[in-house]
Amino acid sequence: MNVNGKALKYGDNVDTDVIIPARYLNTSDKKELAAHCMEDIDKDFVKKVKQGDIMVAGKNFGCGSSREHAPIAIKESGISLIIAQSFARIFYRNSINIGLPIVECEAAANEINESDSVEMNFETGVIKNLTTGKEYQSEPFPAFIQSIIEAGGLVSAVKSGKF
Amino acid sequence: MSKMTMTQKILAFHAGLESVTAGQLILANVDMVLGNDITSPVAINEFERLGTGRVFDKKRVSLVMDHFVPNKDIKAAEQTKKCRIFADDMGIENFYDCGETGVEHALLPEKGLVTAGDIVIGADSHTCTYGALGAFSTGVGSTDMACGMATGKAWFKVPEAIKFVLTGKPKGWVGGKDVILHIIGLIGVDGALYKSMEFTGDGVKNLTVSDRLCIANMAIEAGAKNGIFEVDEQTIAFLEEVGAKKPVVYKADEDAVYEREIVIDLSKIEPTVAFPHLPENARTFDAIGDIKIDQVVIGSCTNGRLEDFIIAADIMRGKKVAKNVRTIVIPATQKIYLECMQLGLLKDFIEAGAAVSTPTCGPCLGGHMGILAKGERAVSTTNRNFVGRMGHPESEVYLASPAVAAASAITGKISRPEEVAGDKD
Repeated sequence: MNVNGKALKYGDNVDTDVIIPARYLNTSDKKELAAHCMEDIDKDFVKKVKQGDIMVAGKNFGCGSSREHAPIAIKESGISLIIAQSFARIFYRNSINIGLPIVECEAAANEINESDSVEMNFETGVIKNLTTGKEYQSEPFPAFIQSIIEAGGLVSAVKSGKF
Repeated sequence: MSKMTMTQKILAFHAGLESVTAGQLILANVDMVLGNDITSPVAINEFERLGTGRVFDKKRVSLVMDHFVPNKDIKAAEQTKKCRIFADDMGIENFYDCGETGVEHALLPEKGLVTAGDIVIGADSHTCTYGALGAFSTGVGSTDMACGMATGKAWFKVPEAIKFVLTGKPKGWVGGKDVILHIIGLIGVDGALYKSMEFTGDGVKNLTVSDRLCIANMAIEAGAKNGIFEVDEQTIAFLEEVGAKKPVVYKADEDAVYEREIVIDLSKIEPTVAFPHLPENARTFDAIGDIKIDQVVIGSCTNGRLEDFIIAADIMRGKKVAKNVRTIVIPATQKIYLECMQLGLLKDFIEAGAAVSTPTCGPCLGGHMGILAKGERAVSTTNRNFVGRMGHPESEVYLASPAVAAASAITGKISRPEEVAGDKD
């Protein structure tokens, strides 16, 4: 499976409060959440994001609250992949559990620039920057996590008896 | 033979394994699954998709309405309604709403719902609080909560650990909050990413259970999977007093493997404040300067326990809060509220000019009950000072102990407790 999109770049320690502020947590409606995604860090995100775009960030992405509303808002806004130097652990878990692909790759996270055209192949773990031509090898998902992704998330994995 | 940390021993037992090593993926039985009024509605949707029709154990699911309680608006009311109907349908015994509720991580220990050796997963990042009682407890998301409610199990990657050897005794007004802010300042907000923080050493006995709950509570602010304290007589006495299940005590093996070891001399820790917008921006008063404030919040799962209000009242008693400093005091549970009343602390707060609220997470996450306007500053005993955490994206939160918060309420600027109340006996 391949994803391909334009990079939207952020810094270190992007927390779940800026991804989806608590003032919008009185709903679990995906579309409503997506309408306020990244509002406190990037007011224009909702306007500029396009289906398939790829988020690129620094270290400890998704730190703070365990709100699953954060990866839900990002996924619903059209983001197909997040590449970061590192992720906060609850955010990592939540993203896998809802089927939002996320990958740690320090070199790619550092070198990809805003608006670069980026492609990733999930089978090989290869990330390609189509704007600069540079390729990066990311760590493939452990088999255990791969099986959750293949099932389409944790609920489907449990339902299908794979868990 | 096993060379396991405290955390690894608890995980091994619950996975039915003789031993585990860092990095291993395991499926473990959990003793308690927790959710609140924000995370549970999402979990209920996922639970319904699973279609099991029942929770794994009616006694081992806790739904605590605390974030936007008492319901702040119609949407929030719909969310708690959804939780209430679900709890009724499933026969969930530990459902707490307005009137009997409290901030979840203060409430569960108080109700005796957690004991040493337990595994607790909660759809709230501060679930790591119960490590203070010798449990493995960790925050998860709503999907994990849903699967936990259905199966009584969760998957974990066995973490490696950082060993914190605590020595000495905190001096004066210094408490658990100063200790954890100091530690996060030392290692950073991702200093313990994916890892356990294990607290041991002679100094542990000089920290009250309340201090330990505060310290374990903020392990997540260093990125940790969990924070855990070695169990001692104080822990056992606390668990007996609240009527918790019989504790199972796990000690790390002598030759347990730690990623690193950090010695913390508690006697050297000064009152510490974390500046905006990260908990790692810890400063002591030699580097704080003159910072005027608009609001003070004393409460939350971090510092909303009785001991916190005793300290705050000792500083505020007989004085008035500074003009235009909105001071909001929020006992974390109904029991704590009642105890504050019986001890006369509520009178102290109200006479000083503070507002006292029913238990709620409220302002900590910018929910309600004390939101900041553009450009305003708050000193807060809560746990996060991210951009927009307590209100407007251009407001600021300074994290501090109840002693520093109370002193700051009186002077109107970030202040040392000694400045207002002299040395502590």
